[in-house]
Amino acid sequence: MSSPGEARLAVRVGRRLGDFSFACDIDVPLAGVTALFGASGAGKTTFINLVAGLQRPDSGRIVVGSRVFFDSEARVNEPVERRELGIVFQDARLFPHLTVHKNLMFGLRRARRRTAAPHIAFDAVVQLLGLAGMLERRPHTLSGGERQRVAVGRALLAQPRLLLMDEPLASLDGPRKAEVLPYIERLSDELDVPIVYVSHAVDEVLRLARRLVVLDRGMVVASGLVDDVLPDPAVARLFPAIEAGSLLHCVVRSHDERYGLSLLELEGGGVLRVPRVDLATGAALRVRIPARDVALSLSQPLDVSTVNRLPGTIIDMNRLDVTHIDVRVALGNARPMRARVTREAADRLGLAAGQPVWCLIKSVALDRATLLMAPDPGSEATESTLAIDPRGSRASRK
Amino acid sequence: MLTPTEIIALRLSLQVALSAVAFSLPLAVLVAWALSRVDFAGKSLLHAFVHLPLVLPPVVIGYFLLVLFGTRGPIGGWLDEAFGLRLIFSRSGAALAAAVMSFPLMVRAIRLALDAVDRRLEDAARTLGATRFDVFFNVTLPLMLPGIISGCIVAFAAALGDFGATITFVGNVEGETQTLSLAIYSLAQSPDGDAAALRLVIISLVLALAALLFSEWVARRVRTYIGRA
Repeated sequence: MSSPGEARLAVRVGRRLGDFSFACDIDVPLAGVTALFGASGAGKTTFINLVAGLQRPDSGRIVVGSRVFFDSEARVNEPVERRELGIVFQDARLFPHLTVHKNLMFGLRRARRRTAAPHIAFDAVVQLLGLAGMLERRPHTLSGGERQRVAVGRALLAQPRLLLMDEPLASLDGPRKAEVLPYIERLSDELDVPIVYVSHAVDEVLRLARRLVVLDRGMVVASGLVDDVLPDPAVARLFPAIEAGSLLHCVVRSHDERYGLSLLELEGGGVLRVPRVDLATGAALRVRIPARDVALSLSQPLDVSTVNRLPGTIIDMNRLDVTHIDVRVALGNARPMRARVTREAADRLGLAAGQPVWCLIKSVALDRATLLMAPDPGSEATESTLAIDPRGSRASRK
Repeated sequence: MLTPTEIIALRLSLQVALSAVAFSLPLAVLVAWALSRVDFAGKSLLHAFVHLPLVLPPVVIGYFLLVLFGTRGPIGGWLDEAFGLRLIFSRSGAALAAAVMSFPLMVRAIRLALDAVDRRLEDAARTLGATRFDVFFNVTLPLMLPGIISGCIVAFAAALGDFGATITFVGNVEGETQTLSLAIYSLAQSPDGDAAALRLVIISLVLALAALLFSEWVARRVRTYIGRA
């Protein structure tokens, strides 16, 4: 999309509200999907409201691309309606007195008054979000998932410079989530609109986002590419849900139908066996392996059941607490693998930096709960997403 | 079926009540907005002032109107001089009295409707590029519609029924200010007017019932329209 150094979203603001103080400093490129991640109460919705202009910061500066929305020193505060943002609220907020069609047109009609040629077309959005069959319906007759899709379409048709999505799936149950997620996924690919996706669900973040900003109690804890931020132990400590782990870039090499396994080739060498995934050979994906699912061995183990054995060299060791230690292992040219072992085991084996070791990963550990797959945005291969049946080895393409 | 005098009284009553509602509606929306959404000094004073007709005897309201809008009153004198408009003993005056008496009921209903409008929908509309003005007319007002309609019906019924303020302010002039209520009063006072009074009472009853049924029907239609059914 856009080259680095181009348009950016820069938010450096402070706001106090009773006990809660929000002091964030975010500066990310205005391109692709950026996830804003944090537990509830971290200030995610405050962030959306401040950027949208629904709340006013006490001080600071909010810049989206070439537009200064707020600058306390220059006394700039653009009104909400002139910020040209698309906001998808957690609770859809469709207008109950208007049909789906009129809801969709609400932003588009007003956008047409300021721009002669809207670049996001009505038909394209209707098709992309699968809204054709519900245009004449009223919001109260729609399901939660349908409502959220209409809300996304309505925001897009306002021709936004930036689409802000505030936990758009949080109010939906599992199946509804699975229904909406693929639509959101296609947005960033097919429409050239930068997206900030606010969420506290790791799997959504991994599936959708390339960049990640982690918020905690109104402060930015980490910010950068998902690959770099997610394994950060500081982030992992804050959020047990994204416990420390490794993100490996893989390509599907082949499938073993007899045993229901797929062979994934790691970038930089090595092969991973995982429960059968429904992807064509050659497809690229990211595999996340939690550190606690990786065991270490000094010699190549030949008589254990663990099928994934990857040779590497210890880069460094990081003591977590009195019991545990995190070991980073270099795997050839690939990204390092993180393993969590007890300090007792590390001492017994005499683990130290520079030492060659074997990383052992049980295939069955790579089920849906731990093996989160996301399209690999760094690859030219067809981007794909998949879900693995939590109970078995069958995986189905969404 | 109806005698010519009955038709005159009925027509006059409807005319007075409808114009009372029509003229107070925009002001009632404005006052409801101010009371519900705006913080300003003297807000409780405005609230009390608007609700005075509910707590004062109607005769007192009629007397106030007489003082203010009489030909020698501060407002009445000016109206007479500038526009040649005399409210006293006229049907416009009757409409004013009816409007003042029914105003608090209308404001109350509209204010409740406004309080019930989801502010988050208004926020959403603004993020979609609508100015505050635009949001009011295209989101807030349509969502308030059931409350506005019920406010109008209640005010219409109250305007139709006013007696004290009207008779004090504009008197009891047949064909000009003698509404149904005043006509019933007059007939009940005369020795052989019982039967005629009863006929007017029945007309009032039918009118009131019709207004109630109509409001029910409209409210149902509107609720379906804004998707709350």
